[in-house]
Amino acid sequence: MIDRLTERRGLDGFDIRYVGLMLAILAIGVLSIYSVTQGQQSGNTPYYLKQLMWIGLGAAAFLIMWAADYHDLARFAYPAYAFILLMLVFVLFEGRTSKGAQRWIAMGPFSFQPSEFAKLILVLVLAHYYSKAPRVGWLQRVIVPGLLVLPGLLLILKQPDLGSGLSFVAVYAAMLLMVGVRSQAIGFILLFGIMLFPFAWEGVWGSLHDYQRQRIMAFVDPGYDPGGKGYHALQSKIAIGSGELLGKGLYGGTQSQLKFLPEGHTDFVFAVFAEEWGFLGVMVLLGLFVGLIWLSLEIASKAKDQLGALLAAGIVAMLCFCVVVNIGMTAGMFPIVGIPLPLVSYGGSATIMTMASLGLLLNVKRKRLSLFY
Amino acid sequence: MLSTSYPETEFGDLHRRLFALRVGLLLVVGLLGLRLWHLQILEGPYYRDLSENNRTRQVLLEPARGLIYDRNGILLANNVSSFSVYVMLEDVKDREVLIQQLSELLGLDPALVRKKMAIKGSKLLPRKIKDRMTLRDATLVESRRLDMPGVMIQVESQRNYPGGLIASHLLGYVGEISADQLEKPEFDDLHQGSIVGQYGIEKSYDRHMRGTAGQKNVEVDALGHEKKSSVVEKPQAGNDLYLTIDARLQKLAEDLLSEEQGAIVALDPNNGDILAMASRPAFDPNVLSRELTSKQWVEIVQDEGRPLNNRASQGQYPPGSTFKIPMAVAALETKTMSPSSTVHCTGGYQFGRRLYRDWKAGGHGYVDLHEALVHSCDVYFYSIGQRMGIDVMAEFGKDFGLGRPTGVELPSERSGIMPTPAWKQKVKRESWLPGETISAAIGQGFVTVTPLQMASMMATVANDGVNYRPRLVRAVMDRATGNLQELPAVPRGKINAKPETFRIIKSALADVVTKGTATRAKSSIVTIGGKTGTAQVAALRTGPEESIPKKFRDHAWFVAFAPVESPKIAVAVLAEHMGHGGAAAAPLAKELIEAYMNITAPAPVATSGLSGMSVDDERGFKDS
Repeated sequence: MIDRLTERRGLDGFDIRYVGLMLAILAIGVLSIYSVTQGQQSGNTPYYLKQLMWIGLGAAAFLIMWAADYHDLARFAYPAYAFILLMLVFVLFEGRTSKGAQRWIAMGPFSFQPSEFAKLILVLVLAHYYSKAPRVGWLQRVIVPGLLVLPGLLLILKQPDLGSGLSFVAVYAAMLLMVGVRSQAIGFILLFGIMLFPFAWEGVWGSLHDYQRQRIMAFVDPGYDPGGKGYHALQSKIAIGSGELLGKGLYGGTQSQLKFLPEGHTDFVFAVFAEEWGFLGVMVLLGLFVGLIWLSLEIASKAKDQLGALLAAGIVAMLCFCVVVNIGMTAGMFPIVGIPLPLVSYGGSATIMTMASLGLLLNVKRKRLSLFY
Repeated sequence: MLSTSYPETEFGDLHRRLFALRVGLLLVVGLLGLRLWHLQILEGPYYRDLSENNRTRQVLLEPARGLIYDRNGILLANNVSSFSVYVMLEDVKDREVLIQQLSELLGLDPALVRKKMAIKGSKLLPRKIKDRMTLRDATLVESRRLDMPGVMIQVESQRNYPGGLIASHLLGYVGEISADQLEKPEFDDLHQGSIVGQYGIEKSYDRHMRGTAGQKNVEVDALGHEKKSSVVEKPQAGNDLYLTIDARLQKLAEDLLSEEQGAIVALDPNNGDILAMASRPAFDPNVLSRELTSKQWVEIVQDEGRPLNNRASQGQYPPGSTFKIPMAVAALETKTMSPSSTVHCTGGYQFGRRLYRDWKAGGHGYVDLHEALVHSCDVYFYSIGQRMGIDVMAEFGKDFGLGRPTGVELPSERSGIMPTPAWKQKVKRESWLPGETISAAIGQGFVTVTPLQMASMMATVANDGVNYRPRLVRAVMDRATGNLQELPAVPRGKINAKPETFRIIKSALADVVTKGTATRAKSSIVTIGGKTGTAQVAALRTGPEESIPKKFRDHAWFVAFAPVESPKIAVAVLAEHMGHGGAAAAPLAKELIEAYMNITAPAPVATSGLSGMSVDDERGFKDS
């Protein structure tokens, strides 16, 4: 019904449920940022207003990515990747440093995080690569794309940005699982591995001594958790747990309002939300994410061509990875790696990039419809 | 294994893989949901508690300690505000850095700061780093506080003794509660860092004066900065004490002793009120109430003059001839002697193979009891001691409160010794020698007493045998109710002796002053009765007094009461190493008694005379 309405207006493939889910999640993000950053400002503008501004820019990016032909976009994949690699090199020398990591390029009053955009471009690059004429043999299927991923990955890890680096690997692994590796068995083993990871993690990581963990963490991500001793993880768990069933209400989150919880508006925004809105609120948010991913998977499986399917699969894998790892780390199931919660955490680059990705994903659906008419 | 594939099959395969991804997604989201259910529902209350503890700090509001006044309302101890710096360990980010910062700011040894922070206890309990800070230091720390999370400046009340050294032994001092004290049930409402009385009245009346701590709940952020606070319970100030001491008399008594070592106790015989209790050398309770370095502490403890020792209640000396007063009572009451029967004193008393000498070579001739007291004839008392025996003597001595604590409200009071054969057997594991009875009869040998006991003994005689427990606290002002509760005098029983006996003794003691050994105590404004005494320090004495090194010279005693007709004051003076009581101690007693007579005279009273003391009520600061 809705599809037919939109089709008549020429908005083919513009799935209102999809956009609605995205906007609902964005709204939850703005609300949580608004609550936790009361009285704090980034520059002269409150955080939530800035986030609204990012969402505005993101909406523009969403529409552009939705409107353009993804085949055209894929054609620019390699030049775009080269450009972003240059930016990543630039960031190492000229970037703005914050919390021990050099990730940002200052652009006037704003700063821009190339590693975020690199993820989307990597999806384009890999989808483009696999969709070209048959890739035969494991050199072409695994090693060559691996070599494509490697420079970006190394540059990102050098910043250091463990979270983005892991996302990079996740995109590559997702592409391998979708098309790169033939054997279904390997795919399922990996899948089960991911699923069992939280439990294995508790067993292995939990058995280490504090100082061992700190050494490991200091090795992989020196900028994170400067106070050490699991302060972030504990405060985050307290925040989530103390929300109980119904939460403490807007502004009621003492963990975040009194700043026991660090990074409340960015990486730990989920804990803020969980503290203030409780288990019920959290289930609603998870439901929204599942709905969005579900629709995305549907788009991927109904894609007309391989490029579309790969693009959609890559984006959805990236989204899934970020959501699961972010919630997992705030809930104390994973070690803390700096991965923001897509569409919810404060941050210009991430918000714009995620919305652009979702626009591209919806673009895949649109092309399918346009072919039928 | 990896193998070649074809686009067509790949594409078909992709659908199956996407399906697997859906299944995987649902599983992973299910796991996340389970985890959140576990955190928020199963363990929710636990984390709720943790979050409450995270943000609220219970801050104790220290109560104002009760004030101490003399009997006329002159302030002897109050509280003044001072600044202390505390550290809340939980809020400290880097302890070593903070130790460095604080020791630089305050000029303290980093090791000391580290030690103070390392004190055991809850992380939520602030550790005191320094008290009595100067305003400058406090401002300096306050201005840097934002760089030093966990550091707090608190205004606290600090015990202050406006009179300085005055009455230091009986007032005592306060100090931080010790680890041992914290274990005791009487301190169970206190905590590390609490200030409690450690000596004197401050210690014995600590429970009255300490008050009850209040509590404030403070909501803090992660940096320990206060967001809002609410008083849960107001602190209840401690009760004020009104002592029996007359500060003017107390100061005079201390001035009379001047640089000499010794003690003076003045009592009101009619109720046991201690009017003055001086002990020299003294200490400054203001210094002792501060945190001393161990070096300072060692200096005080190892001082040869032992300034911390309250000689009035803790100094034990042979009573010398002052002991003849209870012995005279015993002689009359046991009918060992009649008032008129005499002893012939030839300057010595032969017992077995030893001659016990009288202080007066050549002797006093025939003396009755009156004469024996007036001239302090030793032979008379050797003789009656010999006849009564040590057990009877000890019985009377004990009746007069010797050899047992008076029960004054001071910690560590000593009891002195009233020896008996049983005592000697028990303590020295030796049997009593008959000659020891003879020494005891003139207050030498094993007999030891405290000046307080002697003052009490004198008061009992002056009061015709009616005895009151010496006391220091006259009234307690209850801060909660505002009631001033007068404490009644505590009778300690009555000596079972005929009034005639006391009349005879008192008339003799009056003559001691008018024409006997203590003529230097003779006053033109009041009749004084008294008895001199000399406590032997070294057994062998050769040559004149001046040639003996001071530390081997005898202690001078004088006990007195006045006016003889209706006694209002009883005094005991002990001057260490000052020789004969008549010369060294009697004039001091006279001056004190005269001053008291002037004070209590119905004529207009001059209330000045105590420099540095104020009758203003300075209690206001903590209550406002």
